[in-house]
Formats: sequence, C-alpha cells, structure tokens
Amino acid sequence: MELELKGITKRFGSLVANDRIDLSVAPGQVHALLGENGAGKTTLMNVLYGLLQPDEGEILLDNKAVRFGSPKDAIAAGIGMVHQHFMLVPVFTVAENVTLGIEETRRSGLLDRRRTRQDVRELSRRYGLEVDPDALVENLPVGIQQRVEIVKALVREATVLILDEPTAVLTPAETEDLFRIIRQLKDGGRSIVFISHKLKEVQAIADTITVLRRGKVVGQRPPGTTEDELASLMVGRDVQLRVSKEAAKPGDVVLDVADLTVADETGRIWVNGASFQVRAGEILGMAGVQGNGQTELCEALMGLRPTASGQVTLNGRDLTQATPRQRLHAGVAYVPEDRQEDGLVGEFSVADNMVLDTYDRPPYASGIKLNLDAIASNAAERVKEFDVRTTSVDAPVATLSGGNQQKVILARELAREHKVLVASQPTRGLDVGSIEFVHRRIVEQRDKGVAVLIVSAELDEIYALADRIAVMYEGKITGFRPPTVPAEELGLLMAGATDQDPGPEPTPSAPTAIPGAGQ
Amino acid sequence: MSDQASSPGPATAAKKEDEQEPHASFGQALRDSILEGHTVTIIILAIFTGFVVGGLLNAFTNTTVLHAWGNFFSAPGHAIAAAWDTAVGAYVAMFEGSIFNPHTVAALFQQASFATAVHDGYLSAVFYPLSETCVQATPLILAGLAVALPYQAGLFNIGAESQLIGGMIVATYLGYGVSLPLGVHVVVCVIGGFVGGAALGWLVGELKARTGAHEVITTIMLNYIMIYFLTYLLSFGYLMQAPHATNPVSPIIAGSAHLPHLFGPSLRINAGFLIALACAAGMWWLLNRTTTGFEFRSIGKNPSAARVAGMNVERNWVLVMLIAGGLAGLSGAAVIQGTDFSLNFQSYGTYGIDAITVALLGFGRPFGVVLAGLLFGALRAGAPLMQAATGTPVDMVQVLEAVIVLLIAAPALIRTMYRLRAARGGGVGGVMSKGWNG
Repeated sequence: MELELKGITKRFGSLVANDRIDLSVAPGQVHALLGENGAGKTTLMNVLYGLLQPDEGEILLDNKAVRFGSPKDAIAAGIGMVHQHFMLVPVFTVAENVTLGIEETRRSGLLDRRRTRQDVRELSRRYGLEVDPDALVENLPVGIQQRVEIVKALVREATVLILDEPTAVLTPAETEDLFRIIRQLKDGGRSIVFISHKLKEVQAIADTITVLRRGKVVGQRPPGTTEDELASLMVGRDVQLRVSKEAAKPGDVVLDVADLTVADETGRIWVNGASFQVRAGEILGMAGVQGNGQTELCEALMGLRPTASGQVTLNGRDLTQATPRQRLHAGVAYVPEDRQEDGLVGEFSVADNMVLDTYDRPPYASGIKLNLDAIASNAAERVKEFDVRTTSVDAPVATLSGGNQQKVILARELAREHKVLVASQPTRGLDVGSIEFVHRRIVEQRDKGVAVLIVSAELDEIYALADRIAVMYEGKITGFRPPTVPAEELGLLMAGATDQDPGPEPTPSAPTAIPGAGQ
Repeated sequence: MSDQASSPGPATAAKKEDEQEPHASFGQALRDSILEGHTVTIIILAIFTGFVVGGLLNAFTNTTVLHAWGNFFSAPGHAIAAAWDTAVGAYVAMFEGSIFNPHTVAALFQQASFATAVHDGYLSAVFYPLSETCVQATPLILAGLAVALPYQAGLFNIGAESQLIGGMIVATYLGYGVSLPLGVHVVVCVIGGFVGGAALGWLVGELKARTGAHEVITTIMLNYIMIYFLTYLLSFGYLMQAPHATNPVSPIIAGSAHLPHLFGPSLRINAGFLIALACAAGMWWLLNRTTTGFEFRSIGKNPSAARVAGMNVERNWVLVMLIAGGLAGLSGAAVIQGTDFSLNFQSYGTYGIDAITVALLGFGRPFGVVLAGLLFGALRAGAPLMQAATGTPVDMVQVLEAVIVLLIAAPALIRTMYRLRAARGGGVGGVMSKGWNG
C-alpha cells in the first residue's frame, strides 16, 4: 500500500505545527522522519493516525483520498502506531493486551483466548519477535513491551506502521533487536514510518530520510548522508556534534567515594562496594547499561537513599550521613536523571523552579519571607544567560520543551556555589542543538575547576565528555579506562567482564591507588 | 508544540518582565484566586443549576402544587403558576433570612426618629440576616481552610471534625474552668482552641511522617475516637459534665470567654468572623509569600522534586497538619465562644464534612474558601425563615449543597449541560481526584 501526504497543514492558534507537508511512503520502505523536538513530527503522525484533523491538505492511500475522523478509521485503513509511551495494561498478559478492543469470542460469547494466543505466537514467529503470549506485561522489559505494541498493530493488519521515537527507551542491544525486526517487517512488504531525532539510528535503518524543521519539510536525503549534514538540516545552522575540549588539568581530589554500598528497602543491593574519586577539573564518565545501579549511586551521593556502608567525602568533609540539603549546601550541583520527576515542579513557574533549592537563602528570602523581586530578577538573568526559550519567566515550566527544561535545571544548579557537578543522563531525550549546549556547559564547568561526574547510558556521550571512564555492571565498578579505549572493550566491561589484566588503571579493590586522570 | 516558533526569545521575555510588575500585588492575586477563568464559569453555573434543581424538587413535592397539577387540563396556567410561586417563594424567604429583608427597612423608616429606631432595634433588624450569614459562615470558613491548606501540600485532611472537637474541648474547659481577667480570658481560650486542634493535626502528620500511615485513614479513625471521647468527657461530673446535669453537657463558659460582638448584643456576629477572615489572609500570605509556603506547594505539586531540592518532606507534612488542625480547632473555639457557650455531645454538628465541600467549592484556595463558606453560611442562615414562611423543609439546603458540589466535582456534566467547550486544564474536578494520590 502506498501512502502519500499532500500539503498537510495543521495550525494550533497562531502556531503552524505542520506547514504544507508532502510525504510519500512506498511499500516495503522505511521512511525516517527526522527533526528536533517540536519540529512537528508527532503532530504530522497524529494527523495521519486520525487523532488530529488537518486544516488543509489530504491523505492518499494508493492514490485514493481518505479522511480519518478517528484512529479507528486509520486502523481500519491499515495504519498502525506505536506510541512513545506504551498503551498497555500492565496487569494483563501479552495476549490479553493484544486482543483488547478486538476481542475474539467463541459462539458461547466467551473470550477465545486460545485463538489470540495462537495469533500472537504466529506473528511472533514470523517476524522473530520472541514474545510469549502468556507473560504479564508488567514483568516484561521495555524492549519486549514495545514488541507487544508492534504485535498489537500487526494483529490489526497494519500495513503502514508508525514508530514514534521507538528507541528513546531502549538500551543499545534492544535497539539492535528492534532494527532487526523492522527489517523483517520491511521484507514482509510493510512500510515503516520511523520518527526520531537520533542521527545514527536514522542512518542505520532508513531508506529515505525526510527532515522537518519548524513544521516544514526542509529536505529529503538518502541514508548515506553524513551526520553533520543531517544535523545542520535539522537545526538550521552548523552544529558541532562533539564539543571541542582541551586536555583536562586535574587538580586535587574533590569527591571521594570509598567502598559505597547501597541497598533498597527489600535488601536488594544496587551499588556494591563502589570506589572512585573525581578530581577538580576533570570529567569522570560513568558508563553502563541502564539499571546497573547508576541511578541508585547518584541518589546515594545526594543523600536521597540511605548508604548501607562506605564513605562519601567532599574536599575531605565526610558527607556519608548528610541530608540532601546539607550536601547541596556543601557544594554539590545535581542534575537528576528524570528531570520532570526529580528536577522540576512542572506546575511552578520558570522563576520558581530557578530557585527550587535556594529559595530559603538570601537574596531570595529574608527570614521566612520570600523576596519575589530577587526571584524574578534572578530568573530573568538566568533565562538570558542560558538562552531558555520561554514566553515568560512566569510560564509553568511544564510548558517548556525538554531541552529548555534541562537548561532551567542547569541554570539553577550552576548558579549555586558548587565544587562538584553530578549529572545523570544529562541529555536524555534532548535534540541535537540542546545536546551541544549542555555538553558545552559541562566542559566549561570542568575548565573552571569543578569536579564533574557524568552518568550516561549513551556511549557517544561518555566519549564526548569523559576524561576518564568508569564502567558499572550490577552495582560494581568493573574498570576504569582512558577515553581512548575502543568501544568493544567498554562493551565487554558493560557486559560484566572484569579487569583481569593489570591495565593502566588499577582495579577498584585498591581505590587509594587510582591515579587522578586517565591521560 | 514548537517552543522556538512560539516564543519571542529570551531578550523580549526579559524586557516584558521589566515592564510588568514583577509579581502580583495582593489585589491582583485576590482577583486571580477568585476569577480562575473557566473554573469560575463552572462554579457559577453549578450554583445556578443547584438552585434550579432545588426549586423543581421543592415545587413538585409540595402538596398544593401537586393538587394544581392534578387539575392541569382544566387550569394549566394555575398549575404552572403554583409551581413557580412555591419554588421562588422559598428562595425569596431564604434570601430574606440570609441577606436582606425589605420589611425590616420599611419598619425602620416608619419609626419617628433614627435614634429611637436604633434604640428599639429596628436598625439591627435590617442587618440581622447578614449577621446570621456571617455567624454561620465562620466555622465553615475556618474548617474549610483546615482542609484547603493540607490540600495545597498534597494531603487530604478528612479529620477537620476530630480537630474541631479537640479545639472545642480545650476552649470550653478553659472557658469555665479557669478565671482570668476580661480580655485575657477570651484570647487564652481561642489559643487553647488552636492548640487543641493542632495537637490532633500534629498526631496525624507525625503518624504519616514516621510510619507512612495514610492521612485519610488516620483522620477518619480519629474522627470516631474524638466523637466518643467527647461523649465520655461529658458523661462524668468529675470530667467535663456540668454539675447536677443529667444530659451530657458541659458547664457554661464564663462571660469573659465570650468572643465580643462586633455590632452590639442584638446581632450575633462576633470576633470569630474576623478571626476566620484573618486566617484566610494569613494562609494566602503563608502559601505565596513565605519559604514555608513554597515548601508546602512544592511538596504538594511534586514531592520527589521537593526532596531532591533538599526539602524535608516529612517535617513539612507534620507542620502543615499541625497548622490545619489548629485552624479546625479555631473553628470549634469560634462555635463555643461565639454562639453556643457550652459543649454538648453533638456540638461538632456536620462541620467536619461541610469543611470538605467548602474547600472543594473554594477550589482549595483561601479566598475561594471564604466565598464558599459565605455561600453555605447564607443557605443555612436563610433556611429557618424559609421553613417558617413557606413550609419548605430546611433539608432543602442540603439538596442545594449536594447538587452544587456534585456538579463541581464533575465539571464535564456542566460542560455538557451548557455546551461549554472543554477547558485546557483539568478543571476543579481535578481537586478531588488528585487529592487522593498525594
């Protein structure tokens, strides 16, 4: 089935989210839609899926104009969508989720569970999805949940499958699996619309790349196009994909973590005897597959989780038992992993979020009285300094894009006096332009003599920033490496290989001997 | 969608900031808190609908009206007129009982001179309905604030009832059991009322902070405990039962513990009403102008971000419940010291539950609570006259309140009825559903 969009325009008030967009997807093709957050990708797909009605333009299926009043119409026409946030019932099995809404019944009126299970198994086998129809969805890893969504679309006989930012939640290995599945679907004659802002992935999987910027198609490119060219198209100016930085000049040890063990309420150990040091003027990159204790490590460093054993010292001051506030006051700047959940109060204004951890100190407060003028002028200054795009400092921070929200957090944390910057997944979900901005600021902090700890699941980010790389696996630090280490070697460490050979860096069992910098 | 496209950029944002007043003035904030765009429309329509439903119910349960409808085909105009008269008549009586009665003005102007009119009480008769409305509204406002304040910090206080009883017990005891100089006594009793309620609020906060016990459960349970504790206290002479009394009632508090009347002895309006207004203003100031309020609101909106920002979530739970309990306690003190002057086993009335509806109708904001309290106060003040003049039972008030609150909790109903477009925000209904997740 050939899908064509002609002159699609969608306006929200004065904002033109989609401006005369033309797009055609041939059968058996992966068509990538590349663009920054807010470029109009999702709006376009919502138009295609019948969630939104276009103001102008038409949708053609095999050269016949169609109108989708609701997703029901789109599904009936053979269009399936896998949303960025999955629409699954966690306590149902895979088969139950798949059949939800189109339940097959036997003549008696009872659910025909066997039939559904067979369908799932059959599809699973044909496309190598490896989904167990009887597994409970809540027990499945994110990557498999996504496949359940794909199965849902396939059961509804989708010939055009829209994947909205499908890799945002996946580990590198899961992404590889997804690509394999996409290729199989493609070989089966289905067309895929792949929405992303990640250049590498688009290059790896797409047959055609359409780049959107501010609601307009700014170009169509073959997959062989260089990353730099795609990035400039996307952002509208030349972008540095990797910030330039000079060699680090590490100073004294600022953050010293010795034999830190962190367990949760159930007694499960998340961080197991981790030891590392971060010196002034260096960036330590903590690599590792998501879920190997990095989140818990950061939370323990901030005092948000109790420490089972071990010690955390900052400039020689023992902070192991300190409260979060004491640690903030001691000079720890913290960029949490989940900015909406832990970093911001969404309904609060930009100005209030800019003082979320300094509201009780002068000049923002005298006694218990808030000084609203100081808060407002601080916000105006920070917004300018960090180029935060917002209609006003009084706008709720939830209305800002992800990149601008992250800028608000960075602006707040870096405005405070700090000696250490702990940033967890600092660019997750951000577009190319914002990543560049955040990376530049982080390197700038290092150059000012701040000790920086970056935790990231993205190897690209680790390589771009780190002066020294540590790898975490199942709560343990499996090795330290210089940034020149090949990715294969890091991959092995991330998969649990330990340091057998005495390399340039000693094993974490002898923390006192860790040299300051990797190079 | 696209923030870049829609934003004028940081330079203009900063400039705009300079031109505008950097923060809302008191008056502006007051206006904002009253005029919450679509929310206000829904509230007004809900109140209107409540009155229409109440009127229909009244008209079609009235025997005269039903009889007239029985003769509908012979005299259709008569049936409709009878229904209209009954419905409207009840509301007119209610209005006269709660706000303004023209007859009292007429009587005032028939007096020979203004001085004698004042002396004979004709002037106070004019203001009597308004005074009654304020008297009825006082405990509702204070107890409503006791629910609204924790709501801002993400807690759902169902325990205004127990906290109010706590305040009543302490205020009553200090009122008859202690003798203090005039002026001092009343203040000590009011403070005692605050402390009595605050102690119970503190207990709830401490249980939640230390053990994680959900405040909805603990407050409901404490309501029962305090109701029976009150009966126990009033059942024994050596505790709080009045000497020689056979009923569970306390002694009458001393005159020095009475809250002073604001406009002479013939109008019941007293200093309690001023305390309620001051508490509402104080709560607004606390929430919007202090670091404590900033913490309360942060915790209410996003407790995990508040924790990461270094706020002590548990300590704030305790503090907010303590203040809320104190407000409910003041409500109890205002009833005892303002109008009742002694405690019986039913003194707590339905204030605890009404507090929740008042807080909901006032969408959790201090000035909203004041307006909601005045509305419910007016309904109650007008009800007796309505019953006396038109025979409509006072229970009609509860029907009105129930319909209003129901419609406000389900704004989609109002939107459908009046073909309003869906608002962008969650509407006031979000108050209810969100409160439970806190």
